[in-house]
Amino acid sequence: MERARHNLFPILVVVAVIVAIWYAAVVYLNAPWQLDIYQRANNTDWTVRQLVVDTMAQDRPVLPAPHQVAVEIWQTTVEKNVTSKRSLVYHTWVTLSATLLGFAIGTVLGVVLAVSIVHSRAMDKSVMPWVIASQTIPILAIAPMIIVVLNAAGLSGLLPKALISTYLSFFPVVVGMVKGLRSSERIQLDLMRTYSASTAQVFWKLRWPSAVPYLFASMKIAVAISLVGAIVGELPTGAVAGLGARLLAGSYYGQTIQIWSALFAAALLAACLVSVVGLANRLVLKRMGTRP
Amino acid sequence: MTRLQRFLALMASLLAAIALALPVGTVGGVDASLRDVPVLILFAVFALVSLLRFCRSVDPWGDGLVMVIGAVGLLSALRTLEMAGAGYWCFVASDWLFAWLFVERLSALRPLHPAVRNAQSLIVPLIFGVWILILWELVTRGSNVPTVLLPPPSMIGERFMASLPILWVDFQQTFLKAVLIGYALGSGSALVVAIAIDRSPFLQRGLLPVGNLVSALPMIGVAPIMVMWFGFDWPSKAAVVVIMTFFPMLVNAIAGLGQSSVMERDLMRTYAAGYWQTLWKLRLPAAAPFIFNALKINSTLALIGAIVAEFFGTPIVGMGFRISTEVGRMNVDMVWAEIAVAALAGSAFFGIVALIERAVTFWHPSVRQ
Amino acid sequence: MSADAVIEARGLGLTFETNDGPVHALSEVNLTVGKGDFVSFIGPSGCGKTTLLRVIADLERPTAGSITVNGVTPEEARLARAYGYVFQSAALYPWRTIARNVALPLEIMGFSKAEQAERVARTMELVNLTGVEKRFPWQLSGGMQQRASIARALAFDADLLLMDEPFGALDEIVRDHLNGQLLELWARTNKTIAFVTHSIPEAVYLSTRIVVMSPRPGRVTDVIESSLPRERPLDIRETPEFLDIAHRVREGLRAGHSYED
Repeated sequence: MERARHNLFPILVVVAVIVAIWYAAVVYLNAPWQLDIYQRANNTDWTVRQLVVDTMAQDRPVLPAPHQVAVEIWQTTVEKNVTSKRSLVYHTWVTLSATLLGFAIGTVLGVVLAVSIVHSRAMDKSVMPWVIASQTIPILAIAPMIIVVLNAAGLSGLLPKALISTYLSFFPVVVGMVKGLRSSERIQLDLMRTYSASTAQVFWKLRWPSAVPYLFASMKIAVAISLVGAIVGELPTGAVAGLGARLLAGSYYGQTIQIWSALFAAALLAACLVSVVGLANRLVLKRMGTRP
Repeated sequence: MTRLQRFLALMASLLAAIALALPVGTVGGVDASLRDVPVLILFAVFALVSLLRFCRSVDPWGDGLVMVIGAVGLLSALRTLEMAGAGYWCFVASDWLFAWLFVERLSALRPLHPAVRNAQSLIVPLIFGVWILILWELVTRGSNVPTVLLPPPSMIGERFMASLPILWVDFQQTFLKAVLIGYALGSGSALVVAIAIDRSPFLQRGLLPVGNLVSALPMIGVAPIMVMWFGFDWPSKAAVVVIMTFFPMLVNAIAGLGQSSVMERDLMRTYAAGYWQTLWKLRLPAAAPFIFNALKINSTLALIGAIVAEFFGTPIVGMGFRISTEVGRMNVDMVWAEIAVAALAGSAFFGIVALIERAVTFWHPSVRQ
Repeated sequence: MSADAVIEARGLGLTFETNDGPVHALSEVNLTVGKGDFVSFIGPSGCGKTTLLRVIADLERPTAGSITVNGVTPEEARLARAYGYVFQSAALYPWRTIARNVALPLEIMGFSKAEQAERVARTMELVNLTGVEKRFPWQLSGGMQQRASIARALAFDADLLLMDEPFGALDEIVRDHLNGQLLELWARTNKTIAFVTHSIPEAVYLSTRIVVMSPRPGRVTDVIESSLPRERPLDIRETPEFLDIAHRVREGLRAGHSYED
């Protein structure tokens, strides 16, 4: 908390600088189009002031101004019915549900895999290299195909997208948990040995508690990457709902403001998801008596 | 033998025996005879002979031999059989258990010689990988899975070899242009920025949390914007890659530059070393493990970014373009061939970065052990 | 002020401002170290002996009093590369071979390649490390690493050597051995050495002068001149003179009330 307050001012300055650069870029990038309009309307007595104002009020700007995006977000969230297809809340919910389902399956799968890897030398030797190799494969590239193929097989809606999230999110969990389950020190394992504790006892009393911090660290990465998976899963043809679909539709029709608002919704969602996991992390560690 | 190994061995032989009694499949609409699939009989014989392990010790490679005979038998039987029957699937299960047993016994060995140990850590995952492929082939062809759903690996392989020219052009467009250029620009500029703001604790305190937040964001979403700004060709994809690779490198490089210990920096101070001398001789080498960590993360991110960005519009070339159009035409084998290229390129890229890392940070405890 | 004083401190004080209020790390320290002296600073932890060494090296700035090194301020002395500093641990860079670690200050100070090679060979021989030039630090024992770090401090021929508990992390057998080597080196090179330690036998065995310090505030409580000859075989430590000096050091430490709290 102390550190957060300590950093607040520098963060605000950095954010302010970014916003300022953004506004400058808005004028710079949108001006050619605006000048073109003036020329076609034979409007020669435009002022710089007017130009600046006009560049921030275009319908389909090259780069929308921050306040345009804010207005769009406001209009599509608060002023629209949440069940409406034009509501950003609706699209965010579609993406969120796929993200959470994929994240949940991925985490469970990751933990199970990590436990078996830690307890079986054969699993460690044969599966672990492939778990790592699986991530050097740009799996997101398969995303559209998985969606289309699963659609053809009669599976549609939430699950195919969630499967992509699962694939992406299981990896950090496996790697983090394998590390965590092995993080108990030699001396502590030896202590358990002197009690002749069973494998299950060693697991529940030593390995699992010492792996929990690693689990949360991995889950933070997993939930963020889960969201990316769900969004990309919404890109392929025919996707009608979700933030990914909004991005794609926006790019088809040149609706830059819509793209940016979807982008910000995604960013906000990511930040929320990560901080919820962070909060859970703090609560659990507090209950376990560990210093967060 | 451990309990698990005894159980696996018993089940594997048992399944092979049961398989002999069940219909192996159909040829021309009628039940096929086992005589049509001689290698499977051989496999069953070996599987039963392997029960001798309960009287005397059998080398792990014996199980390997049985597994190979089984795999050959199962694959060759697919040529004869039109539809696989219960007996065939029992053979598959039996052979799978032999493979498991083989891997289990092989990894239980603890060879003393480092070369043998290296070979072990190479062979075991290789067997596992090949087995996955074989199982994939057996299941898709044995039960006639529609190829639009999941084509067998052999079909993908054929398509791969037949379309090498297209794959090469796509690879050039996506990997050699968009990925490599974007990767170099994104990682390079982030490193420069990290060094620049490293002198200002204020900027660091402000930028680090923002950078951390941004690297958790779905940056892939900027793809449509970049396509709008930089056009359909590779520069827009490179721009996406730049944005995706920038923040992981920034965050890691800043953390890495703070890695040198107080004592090491005091040492430089006692030599009255200048800022750049300290940077070159101490802080950059000490940051190398972190920088390489980012380079490895970025190697996969770059490929993902370039391919996904192509979904938003390309000239009629590129891996992402090919994937999305061939999916539309239900040419799933071509999609898989393209995915194989992406997988090979991704693994090779990651592997090369990892090799350079080993060479450069040879001194780091994680490498030298 | 004596003409050949290498270090001269008058009323030196250093106060750290912390969240729990000011901490007086050093207060009213007066000290003169002459050329060719081997001075040990001894005292319990928190007595400011390391801080004093860091002030001499310009790694800390004093908040009161004055100090000169070679007749100039510590900063000027540092910029003139007047001293070599040996830390508690070897602090060798793991990505450099031993020879290149020893060459590090030479590279920074802009010596020519040929001179670097010559000096590295000479100082490596001085600390009996010939033969391990191509090895990396982590491949060497703790004692060898610390010897390499001494070689690194000697490489650029500063007349003053500042050593901060250099052998504190080593076992007694290795430490005895290195103490003997250090004395030999001191005799051969005629350097001035300021040596921080918390071991009484080590201080007595090595020094021509022992500065006893005590904590809260960190200050000098006693300065004991050693009557031992410059030539010191290891078994000098069983002689009555040695035990007598050790006794006086112990008395000095006790007088500083350093063990009561």
